[in-house]
Amino acid sequence: MIRVVLPAHLRRLAGINGEVRLEVTGTVCQRSVLDALEGRYPMLRGTIRDQETQQRRAFIRFFACEEDLSHEAPDSSLPDAVASGAEPYLIVGAMAGG
Amino acid sequence: MSGVRVLVGTRKGAFVLTADGKRDQWKVSGPHFSGWEIYHLKGSPADPDRIYASQSSGWSGQVIQRSDDGGATFQPVGNQFSYDGTPGTHQWYDGTPHPWEFERVWHLEPSLDDPDTVYAGVEDAGLFKSADGGNSWQELPGLRGHKSGSSWQPGAGGMCLHTIILDPATPSRMFAAISAAGAFRSDDEGKTWRPVNHGLQSEGIPDPDAEVGHCVHRIAMHPSRPEVLYMQKHWDVMRTDDAGETWREISGNLPTDFGFPIDVHAHEPETIYVVPITSDSEHFPPDARLRVYRSRTGGDDWEALTSGLPQQHCYVNVLRDAMAVDSLDDCGIYFGTTGGQVYASADAGDNWAPIVRDLPAVLSVEVQTLP
Repeated sequence: MIRVVLPAHLRRLAGINGEVRLEVTGTVCQRSVLDALEGRYPMLRGTIRDQETQQRRAFIRFFACEEDLSHEAPDSSLPDAVASGAEPYLIVGAMAGG
Repeated sequence: MSGVRVLVGTRKGAFVLTADGKRDQWKVSGPHFSGWEIYHLKGSPADPDRIYASQSSGWSGQVIQRSDDGGATFQPVGNQFSYDGTPGTHQWYDGTPHPWEFERVWHLEPSLDDPDTVYAGVEDAGLFKSADGGNSWQELPGLRGHKSGSSWQPGAGGMCLHTIILDPATPSRMFAAISAAGAFRSDDEGKTWRPVNHGLQSEGIPDPDAEVGHCVHRIAMHPSRPEVLYMQKHWDVMRTDDAGETWREISGNLPTDFGFPIDVHAHEPETIYVVPITSDSEHFPPDARLRVYRSRTGGDDWEALTSGLPQQHCYVNVLRDAMAVDSLDDCGIYFGTTGGQVYASADAGDNWAPIVRDLPAVLSVEVQTLP
């Protein structure tokens, strides 16, 4: 079970309260987590990564275990603590503008 | 009793303002989509309960929302805007080729007769269509693919397609306007397009009467006379009587002919409205007095409308999509400001009063006249 925390504006968009808990099959990586997230909440498509290029949007960041994982390759394994559900995968709106 | 529903898009959400036909007591709901930029909302002429909204943010891009209950609730629909084929390039500010990149939807124009069909004008300038209630979008590539497309350049606000006008008399005809490319017309339901800018003069481009390159800010049409269009250009207020074949200036006695919105009285096709703004660098009213100007002669001869509007210390702007008219017997006029006020006049502009004063900066105002 993967735990995902979304920024408030995306929780509101998707009608989510609190954390999202996702089942991810195969390698637990940025791509598989986002695939599972968008599969359950289609309205999030395009809001975290570009729908065509699959590139992370410029002002979205991925944090976990007190590390910035934003620049990791989409298919790199996430930390074991994320894969086990001990730690959440944080999707964060970058500190920029207002 | 009949009534009106005013749809207001702001920098931080959407608001829905409703009143009965007297238009003196208002109910305000919102913000919908709190924290997001709402560039535009517009209701379907064929089904007033159907409303489309363009929601975007610098963090999370574009979302399209649809309401099927008159704005009480909204649901996200499709938000994939993929340019047709290999997008190619347009000119960047420095004159270099720049890839076409989708940024946001500036304007949504629902079909006149089908609630499920809606057009979207986007930045970088392109025109999209949905025939399934906004669930999926396909580009009408003939516009962006016009031979001049690679020479189009963005205006200061980005290279946006901000105006879409559907001709009620000739369903195959539509108009679009792009900053800073100009006005375009299609006579085959959007398949092919040609520039219709003859008569425009723009000192800010190397060839002032070039076929394209003009910074058109807004175009308006009265549905009873679709061959007549009124235009607020970067500078100059213009008019065509032949569906864009030729334009002539009608700025007349305006204190300045710079501005953004332009609109037409619902029942008087020769009565038009603009909001003069000091200059391209001073985006506030001349003399710090907020004045709507009305011409009852189709241009050239203008009168200032000031009753109820601030006449000192006023430094707001009125953006291009932030003016609308209702179609009640006494035509109502509405506009929103970058200072967060939405003003209404229930007597064609003679007298004004704010509906709300302290919203976030207003990006767009549309109104629905309800039975």
